[in-house]
Amino acid sequence: MKYTEGPEIRDAKAPEGPIEGRWEKRKFSARLVNPANKRKLHVIVVGTGLAGGSAAATLGELGYNVTSFCYQDSPRRAHSIAAQGGINAAKNYRGDGDSVYRLFYDTVKGGDFRARESNVYRLAEVSVNIIDQAVAQGVPFAREYGGLLDTRSFGGAQVSRTFYARGQTGQQLLLGAYQALERQIAAGTVTMHTRHEMLDLIVSDGRARGVIVRDMVTGEIERHFADAVVLATGGYGNVFFLSTNAKGCNTTAIWRAHERGAYFANPCYTQIHPTCIPVSGEYQSKLTLMSESLRNDGRVWVPLKKNDTRAPGDIPEEERDYYLERIYPAFGNLVPRDIASRAAKNVCDEGRGVGPGGLGVYLDFRDAINRLGRDAVEKKYGNLFEMYERITGENPYDVPMRIYPAVHYTMGGLWVDYDLQSTIPGLFVIGEANFSDHGANRLGASALMQGLADGYFVLPTTIGDYLADGPFGDVDEEAVAEAEIKVRTKIERLMSVNGTRTPDSFHRELGKLMWDYCGMERTEESLRKALERIPELREEFWQNVKVSGTAEELNQVLEKAGRVADFFDLAELMCLDALIRTESCGGHFRAESQDADGEALRDDENFAHVSAWERTPDGPVLHKEPLEYEYVKMTQRSYK
Amino acid sequence: MNLTLKVWRQSGPSDAGRMVTYRVEDVSPDMSFLEMLDVLNERLILEGDDPIAFDHDCREGICGMCGMVINGVAHGEQRATTTCQLHMRHFEDDATITIEPWRAAPFPVVKDLVVDRSAFDRIIQAGGFVSVPAGSAPDAHSIPVRKEDADAAFDAATCIGCGACVAACPNGSASLFTAAKITHLSLVPQGQPERLSRAKAMVDQMDAEGFGGCTNTGECTAVCPKGIPLDAIAQMNSDYLKANSK
Repeated sequence: MKYTEGPEIRDAKAPEGPIEGRWEKRKFSARLVNPANKRKLHVIVVGTGLAGGSAAATLGELGYNVTSFCYQDSPRRAHSIAAQGGINAAKNYRGDGDSVYRLFYDTVKGGDFRARESNVYRLAEVSVNIIDQAVAQGVPFAREYGGLLDTRSFGGAQVSRTFYARGQTGQQLLLGAYQALERQIAAGTVTMHTRHEMLDLIVSDGRARGVIVRDMVTGEIERHFADAVVLATGGYGNVFFLSTNAKGCNTTAIWRAHERGAYFANPCYTQIHPTCIPVSGEYQSKLTLMSESLRNDGRVWVPLKKNDTRAPGDIPEEERDYYLERIYPAFGNLVPRDIASRAAKNVCDEGRGVGPGGLGVYLDFRDAINRLGRDAVEKKYGNLFEMYERITGENPYDVPMRIYPAVHYTMGGLWVDYDLQSTIPGLFVIGEANFSDHGANRLGASALMQGLADGYFVLPTTIGDYLADGPFGDVDEEAVAEAEIKVRTKIERLMSVNGTRTPDSFHRELGKLMWDYCGMERTEESLRKALERIPELREEFWQNVKVSGTAEELNQVLEKAGRVADFFDLAELMCLDALIRTESCGGHFRAESQDADGEALRDDENFAHVSAWERTPDGPVLHKEPLEYEYVKMTQRSYK
Repeated sequence: MNLTLKVWRQSGPSDAGRMVTYRVEDVSPDMSFLEMLDVLNERLILEGDDPIAFDHDCREGICGMCGMVINGVAHGEQRATTTCQLHMRHFEDDATITIEPWRAAPFPVVKDLVVDRSAFDRIIQAGGFVSVPAGSAPDAHSIPVRKEDADAAFDAATCIGCGACVAACPNGSASLFTAAKITHLSLVPQGQPERLSRAKAMVDQMDAEGFGGCTNTGECTAVCPKGIPLDAIAQMNSDYLKANSK
């Protein structure tokens, strides 16, 4: 796939000066909107997860006129709800040496030096406000007997800064945001449209001015106008078909905004989570994550011998390879996600994997049960063990769990500046949908933090600076008509193919291809293969897909087909981005770039930049945003 | 495994609807219930039939989007389980399985197994929140909360809003759903200022939506995937009474 390189891109919004004062400065320099004018300013928010739900609620509280959309039947269903582990905040309630600076430092380092320092510092700074806000909403975080909040250390962090609500932190935080949103709906500041899917962005006179959506119950195509549009539509992990994302998660909103001119940054950065339940058969529709906290007490191993088919209990101690403890004695089973995932892949590639197809490793609690007693283990992990047994039919108290890595999160997304504004004026992008804070690898318990930081605290301030110039008057009718025709044409095309394969069958094939060629390990050869195969498969899709029913009714096959069509285009860009980034960094491991021990080798001289892609009729254009590190010195990560 | 499915098909709100029988073969016991329906739907699409519409999203038991009455029981016979968490190994080979949507007047059928549960959102709108705008909160440690209260509040707050309680209740009552939120917020100090007005507003909205009253049959808690206890309803009634006697 051909591409050209365009001029560099820079963030022009982050203030100069010491990093700890930048957000304060920006908050002051961002213009305010007169309360009487806020009602006249209309904002569209697409998506109702932690980022979108909290943003819509907060904008409504501030007095803006908000319209919110989600594809589910209620805003409470967004996939943030499934986050288990917790949320980081630099509260230092433990007095264990945590600080805003340390959280900032850990996040920049954990992101393998591919995130913007100013953004990450601000994230660490507002993290403390998130906990205050959630507690005030009545979110029932875990507490200690003294009545204060409990915390735990998570994902290899050396301080205890993760706040949690049993294994359902995402659910409780999302319900907090959802309730705030419902309060604004009742107050009339937010109009909610459920079961609506965004299918295009309306750009008029160079500004994002609205969206074209499809009412998923009636099939009606609707136009909605605003002075600014906020996308909070999550990540695109479902390009791999099998992932821990919800079935409905898709890239359509951000992809169609990309087609309208928003740059797409670092599409190749994918996070593979090490502890998921392995695939059990061809019919598999999604993967389920088991909380990373299991690695605190479980020991990961595979048989020393290849193709060892003995039951795990029959394999004596000396014939087991506790490979994480062996390779990484300092961190052992607690190495970061990217490292644990790759190590599992390596032992399975050697033929030492366990379970059906040899795609699994053991996570064994035998020693923990012997040491702590079954009751103590049950108290800590009971609900997770139950979930495992429910899915696999095996009891992890008796036999070790089998786990395998799965796609979990996408660090890439639409490019945004410090104000979270994309390259289209008036189009803001928040949460997982943007690229900004996690670099090439996200640390555990940081996704919830970022979603809520963006929605409650950052966007509501920065969008005011943009809206201070509004209202922006009438939307160009020609631009609207063009967008609407484009949407209708695409739907008609999908309906009219009437081929012999279902959208799901194409999606499965695309996902397998992406997993094999652009998954945990990428090589020039595999990526070139993918770039050859994707256009062929896409061509077959448009010739041979079968969509039943009509477009004027609830039609889940049509919904699916539209999303798969966009996944094809995204997949191609992901592979191109992965191909030209010949270094290894974070979630992107290029086999050609490793050190003598097989660890990821960054190439800071050539790749200390964000790759922001522009889509043009002549093919993709790459704009590099150079990354400069004034505060955190770039070092090679080591967990040995 | 080979199965016979009797599935409720209804093309839209104005269609009367009917049970339709399908044969599904070569089902793996490791499949989830929804994966089994996926396999059937793939076949129906290729045969030119309309696939069975059903709601689902996270497929890990937390979003609350899925829900079917399976063999007469909301989410099926396995306890504390959502439909998406139910696996085929719990069914006998050659079994006949009936699949129907939630049935309650305030949950009108949209299509096949998909129902409209927006009444739940309106109950939350009536008062299921703490009125605290972003940025106005004091430090999280300024008000300690007894661990017992926080834990009990959490238990009530785990409700996923799936609607199984309504589907199971002979009266079509939404009491367990409404009570779960009232109980959650009545157990934490942050929920106290609006406690009674919240209970009154939410219960009144529940009634206005056309849900039935509670007669303590307990069918709701028996099917609840999160095991919300019946005590929550007692808490709701107590707060509601206090609110009305003021």
